[in-house]
Amino acid sequence: NIAMAAQMTDAHRRFLQVLMSHGIMEGSEARKLHRRCCEIHKVYYAHDKLDDFISTINSHLQPLFMQIRKGMSEVDGRAHYALVNLSETEITKMASDYAENELELFRKTMDLIISSENGFASSTDILNLADQLKTKKMKKKEAEQVLKVFVEDKWLSERNGEYTLHTRCIIEMEQYILSNYQDVARKCNICHSLAIQSQVCESCGIGMHLPCVRKYFRAQTEPRCPQCNDFWSCDIP
Amino acid sequence: DEDFGLSQTPTHSQVQRNLERRSQDQVNKKVSELVQFLLVKDQKKIPIKRADILKKVIREYKDVYSEIVNRAGRTLQQVFGLQLVEIDTKHHIYILTSSLPRAEGENLRRDNQTAKLGLLIVILSFIFMKGNSVKDGAIWEFLRRLRLQPGERHEVFGDVKKLVTEEFVR
Repeated sequence: NIAMAAQMTDAHRRFLQVLMSHGIMEGSEARKLHRRCCEIHKVYYAHDKLDDFISTINSHLQPLFMQIRKGMSEVDGRAHYALVNLSETEITKMASDYAENELELFRKTMDLIISSENGFASSTDILNLADQLKTKKMKKKEAEQVLKVFVEDKWLSERNGEYTLHTRCIIEMEQYILSNYQDVARKCNICHSLAIQSQVCESCGIGMHLPCVRKYFRAQTEPRCPQCNDFWSCDIP
Repeated sequence: DEDFGLSQTPTHSQVQRNLERRSQDQVNKKVSELVQFLLVKDQKKIPIKRADILKKVIREYKDVYSEIVNRAGRTLQQVFGLQLVEIDTKHHIYILTSSLPRAEGENLRRDNQTAKLGLLIVILSFIFMKGNSVKDGAIWEFLRRLRLQPGERHEVFGDVKKLVTEEFVR
């Protein structure tokens, strides 16, 4: 395995430091960063070798149960790279960073988001959870602040007073969510990844990511469900 | 003593003996956990106390503490280009610094934490210029000139009084 034998250079380390400070990077940003790191440290650069470059880093991150993982944004369909923990048992990275009741609020928010129709939980619904926390109750003001921090740290995304999971969170916790929310979590019929925001077929119930819907129906005159062939009733994004 | 029972520091050979009694896999797992713990704290720009390391990560492996810390330090250097530096040898407080040369147009993320760090540095410089000790009132007078009032909510810093008296003091 060539990637395993490859050494970490300062170019790899710089890339990792920058990615770590952002948590997640969009594909074109990552490619720019790759070029920049190789330039600074005078390391061999080829524009199509980003994945190999990342494999080298990953082979050294593996013993630390960490990985740079690629995933798709549910909003714009673009590829993103995130630095994730490979633990399946708990929300470990978060656990180092937040108080027990903050973690409980996050878990309950995640419950709301995953079991919702459209992948969003309203601010009101989340704040109502605050004084029912079992670990330690939170006032609404405090919960508002905690939500703000979750957004800053890219675990949640906010839109019009509603919250969904940030792309970074989805990439990191996909396995965890698929194992722990088996009955409720939806998979996209096209790309087979976890789908938090999705459009659902009214007849047979299959779901698809919005960017996947767009791509799939682009070539078709009449939008029909790939599973049951019924007319697709949702607005094509 | 905050040290969670580390007041008797084992010698190097004692640590090596203790290491032999432990499963290598388990020790390596602790090293990984420590690396992740340090990275998370560092991202938040919070100096790391040895007491926290012992309580939250090392726990029952404190008899091989020095070995775990050394290995974590080597891993941080090798994989991340980061150095574990003890900034306070009396109270055992650590930070991570980059051992990579500074580059122009460094595109590390800037956010509220960067702004807070800026403010903290400004306050520390003020204290330093006053001979390392300053009365409460003098700091607020100084901050007032920077348009930071303890009573008002600031656009970037929020509750300034809380930030300075609680978060920064920590």
